[in-house]
Formats: sequence, C-alpha cells, structure tokens
Amino acid sequence: MEYPDQSGFRQRKLQPRVRMRGTGTDSGEPGQLFDDTSAGQNSGPGGKGPAVYPGQNLLSDPMSNLAMAYGSSLASHGKEMMDKNLDRFIPISKLKYYFAVDTVYVGKKLGLLVFPYMHENWEVRYQQDTPVAPRFDVNAPDLYIPAMAFITYILVAGLALGTQNRFSPEILGMQASSALVWLIIEVLAVLLSLYLVTVNTDLTTIDLVAISGYKYVGMIVGVLVGLLFGRTGYYLSLLWCCASIFVFMIRTLRLKILSEAAAEGVLVRGAKNQLRMYLTMAIAAAQPIFMYWLTFHLIR
Amino acid sequence: MAFTLYSLIQTAILCTNAIASGVCACLYNWGFVLFQGNIGGFGDEPGIKAQLLNLIRSVRTVMRVPLIIVNTVCIVLLLLFG
Repeated sequence: MEYPDQSGFRQRKLQPRVRMRGTGTDSGEPGQLFDDTSAGQNSGPGGKGPAVYPGQNLLSDPMSNLAMAYGSSLASHGKEMMDKNLDRFIPISKLKYYFAVDTVYVGKKLGLLVFPYMHENWEVRYQQDTPVAPRFDVNAPDLYIPAMAFITYILVAGLALGTQNRFSPEILGMQASSALVWLIIEVLAVLLSLYLVTVNTDLTTIDLVAISGYKYVGMIVGVLVGLLFGRTGYYLSLLWCCASIFVFMIRTLRLKILSEAAAEGVLVRGAKNQLRMYLTMAIAAAQPIFMYWLTFHLIR
Repeated sequence: MAFTLYSLIQTAILCTNAIASGVCACLYNWGFVLFQGNIGGFGDEPGIKAQLLNLIRSVRTVMRVPLIIVNTVCIVLLLLFG
C-alpha cells in the first residue's frame, strides 16, 4: 500500500481508501472521524482505536493509518529540507569521496606514514579531471585515517594519564578540544599562507584537514612506545615518526604546491619557486613541532 | 595547554578587530602610499605585500558592520557575566 507523498492538505483524499479498508466500526460516521482527529476529541467509535485493539489491529485502524500517513509525509519533508540545508554548509557528497577506503589502502597508507623512504611515485592519479578515489590510489588523501587517529589519540591520552593517576573524565574533553583547536589553527594558517603566496593549487580545505590529520598516527605510536618503554622509548619513536612525517609532507606537498617546476625533479631558481619551497618546508616543519607539543605532557 | 573552542572564538574576534581597526590600519595606509602604482597587480605575480594589503582592505570592508555588532554583544555579555 503506498501513501501519497504530500502535505496534510490532501489527507482528505485518503478518506475513500480508508473507508474501504477500515473495520466495520467506522461505517456509521466517517466524517466524524476526521473532525475528531483534528479537534482532539475521541467521541466516535474510532476513538477507542489504539487503546481497545492492543496490537493486532493497529494497522487496520483508520485513525492510526491516517497518523502513519501524515507522519511519513512529514518525515520525508523534513528529511528533504534538512538535506538541502545541510548540503550548503557541509558538502556531504564531497566528504563521501574521502571515506571511500578499504583495508588494503589503510594498511599501505599507515606503512607510508611510518616509512616513506622507499615509495617512488607520489603523484595522485586523475580520472577525467577528478582525483581517483583513495581506494584505488595510495597517494590520495583521505579522512578516514585522520578521524580514526584523532579519536585513538584522545583515548591513548586518557590511558597515559590514567597510568599516572592524573585521569578524570573532564580531561578527555579538554584534550579533545585542545587538539581540535590546534588543528583548526594550523589549517587556517596554512590556508592564509597559501593565499598570500598565490599558489594555484587544487588543494581544498578538506585536503588540508586530511593532510594535517596524518600526524596523529605518529603521535599515537610515540605515546604508546613511551608507555611501554619509558621516556627513552618515547623520544626515539617520536624522533623517527617526526622524520617520517617531515619527508611524507614534503613529498606530498611538493607535487601540489610546486607543481610546475619540481615535479620533474628539477629545482628552478626563481623567487617565486623559492618562496613556495620555503612554504612547503614550513608546513612540513610545523608537523613535528605540533607532534611534540601535543604529546610531551602525557609522558612522565 | 588547555584550549577550548571558546578561546578560539575569542582569538578570532580579537584578530579580526586588529585587522579591521587597529595597528594594521596604519600599516595599510603606509603601505598604500608606498604602493601607489602597483597595487593593481597586473600579470600573474601580485607579490606578498600586495596580497596582504588586498586582504586587509577586503577584511575592513566586509567585516566593519558585523564586527560592531559582535563587539557590542561581547561587551554586554562580559559586563553581565564577568
């Protein structure tokens, strides 16, 4: 049975259908049913509907049919409106691209974040002007790993604080908002510097969020090793992860920011390219600083 | 360091205030005088100074009125709630 997908005005057209499908109780006063429903009185025979028929005749009761039809039309209306408005602020369809990952990609990317020295080809493959989904290309940025790494970082921070008896539930919230604020500041700073240097790149804001979120993986590794092996282990693993993130950033951003000159591997000596190289190095150097800043208070 | 989202909002308001009406206003005037002929930025190389001046000018134009409103709200809230 399909309900008409319209507003409450056309509910009256349901009346003949309701009448045909209804039980014998409403044959006497069909018009009264609608009046009763709108006025809120239940003097008609349909008034005892949901109470008298406990469960088995709920679907055949005309008043609850009406309620279900109205409710479903309201729900689909609301969903349409919400989708339309939400899509204006958060581009949901674009976000879906960043979560199109699979296990093989995640494994390869995590390996790349910790050991980027053997990877040869860092270019993102394109397919008719749009980048290929991360599932098919290990160089494409995604949001799955940063999101998971962020949440894991907060949990690991709680764990680390708990082993030092410094834990309380508010600390988790403070760590989360602190890390989020630093991420926002970093993304805004990178956006501002990209605007000032007038780089014509196809790096979107979400790309920058994704790329800035990759450092949480290194932070988690550092803190976990620090929990197991003390301060020495923490410093050694953090040093390794900082170096790998530095190389990873430079190799990823070089192709995007310095695309005309350095893609072939030749460093052109112009003022413009020099500025862009400095910018890439600054962004890459900010990552280890943030990694140390956000984790050193967790290890004691 | 304990940052909250509220402190981020405060920072943003203070920074925008600075750009729209503070020290950067003098910098903008000074830079504008020095850069009289070149602010148009013909060609593909506006340069950092021209970009910065463009940014400051556009922030001042766009954010003047909303900033007045937001500052008033902040002052009232701080007076009421400390």
